[in-house]
Amino acid sequence: MKHLILGTALLALTAGMGAAQTVRLGTEGAYPPYNFIDDNGQVAGFERVLGDELCKRAELTCEWVTNDWDSIIPNLVSGNYDAIIAGMSITDERKQVVDFSENYTPPSPSAYMAKSADADIENGVIAAQTGTIQAAHIASTGATLLEFPSPDETVAAVQSDEADAVLADKDYLIPVVEESGGALVFVGDDLPLGGGIGMAFRKSDPELRGKFDAAIKSMKADGSLNNLIIEYLGEDSPHF
Amino acid sequence: MRPAIFSVCSDPSTLPQWQWFACYLTTGKHLAFYGSFGVVLLLLAITAPAALLFGFGAAASARSHFAPLSWLGKLYIAIVRGVPDIAFFLFFVIALDQGFEWLRHEIKCPDWDQPIRQGNDFVVCPAAKLPLGTAPQWVHETYGFFLAVLTFAIVFGAFAGNVLYGAMRAVPRPQIETAEAYGMSHRQAFWRILVPQMWVYALPGLSNLWMVLIKATPLLFLLGVEDIVYWARELGGSKTARFTDYPHGDWRMWYFLVLLVFYLVFTRLSEMVLTRIMRRLSHGQATAAGEAQRRSAGGPP
Repeated sequence: MKHLILGTALLALTAGMGAAQTVRLGTEGAYPPYNFIDDNGQVAGFERVLGDELCKRAELTCEWVTNDWDSIIPNLVSGNYDAIIAGMSITDERKQVVDFSENYTPPSPSAYMAKSADADIENGVIAAQTGTIQAAHIASTGATLLEFPSPDETVAAVQSDEADAVLADKDYLIPVVEESGGALVFVGDDLPLGGGIGMAFRKSDPELRGKFDAAIKSMKADGSLNNLIIEYLGEDSPHF
Repeated sequence: MRPAIFSVCSDPSTLPQWQWFACYLTTGKHLAFYGSFGVVLLLLAITAPAALLFGFGAAASARSHFAPLSWLGKLYIAIVRGVPDIAFFLFFVIALDQGFEWLRHEIKCPDWDQPIRQGNDFVVCPAAKLPLGTAPQWVHETYGFFLAVLTFAIVFGAFAGNVLYGAMRAVPRPQIETAEAYGMSHRQAFWRILVPQMWVYALPGLSNLWMVLIKATPLLFLLGVEDIVYWARELGGSKTARFTDYPHGDWRMWYFLVLLVFYLVFTRLSEMVLTRIMRRLSHGQATAAGEAQRRSAGGPP
């Protein structure tokens, strides 16, 4: 704990030296409760609050940028923004291209959602967002994968019977199921996919990653991260 | 939270329907949606002349008597026409942006010792960043917009180049020969005889391009510009009460219906304007339309 405080203090000092550095945070803005655009057109949600707090702790000025999910990694490595904070699960495949911070949510379950509990999730048509761990998982099963560019469209595909079920992060699906009034239900068991969610950085930018790692550690240590998870992702969502 | 425009909007769930809609349609998000129509119109207003300029340059160089210039013009037209738009938009903008930053890097940071390519990463010195990392978000957005304009202009310039190249060859050869017989140089014949006459042949092709350009604007979101299709998709998607004061189901159909009407009205207006331009350009030309005008005006058969 002492080392941690010392480390944070040191970090604060070095951050103060390179003052007025603006860090641009890239997010998708279409994945409630993690990140979404609120009624005023601003980025909101779990990651907005988390990101702002992390920037405060790391003494950085942060700016939010929305970017399409499909091109979110290419735009990071080409330097259009400095970090991705968009509900991105830590996977080996992505690690080849970007470096992840410490995870800020524990590995959280993915779940199937369909119109009825007896939907065929083994051999049916399953919707998922392009380039996600869920899409990769479906491709490895016997089911037919139906990909969509945004999470919202995967749910709409189930509602319009285009797909038999959707596979997504359970935290994303919980509000959808709750609000549907019984029209949509979870099917089968939860799937543990991925290694938790983390921020992604350019491999050439270990300095910035270090700053955020320290801030995430300090939020884990004082319990504020758990409070945020409970507030935004619900009591049942796994926390630290 | 920013106060809503109407004070009654503070608790929308209690409102009667028409007021609910009045509040709903004036949220900050919707204002951004309305603003994005302006972005699309602005893009078209800047891109169309820019693309025409690119096209004119390409066509003029393609028919140049100086072989390397002619190859360059033809190569540009062939490459851009051959590559799928979406690949072009995904790849080219990032490459263009990196190209600019690399140039600035070479000029501004000559004693930078790290490599620019580090694995997948593209790293230039902070001073070479475009826009600078410290610039406010609107600068980034404006820069992105002009990158989009440039990309659109290059893509559509190639098509326009091909149309203009064809139009220049369609101008009857005797017209040029007559000009030369009068002692005009190549350059004079080009500017005084060929260019004024080619438009009537180019316009059908160019008007097609204009229509395609209007329909291609949704590609803007690939370039990070939040256009009308992005906002329609975002606003229309079903919203649960936890994340908005205005929960609703899947309303994408209605939003896309608005876009449909917008695009239809816009293309219809364009058609009307283009017809008028065509009529004016045909006047006095040795084409079927020009001949018909001459006869209906009572000219000798």
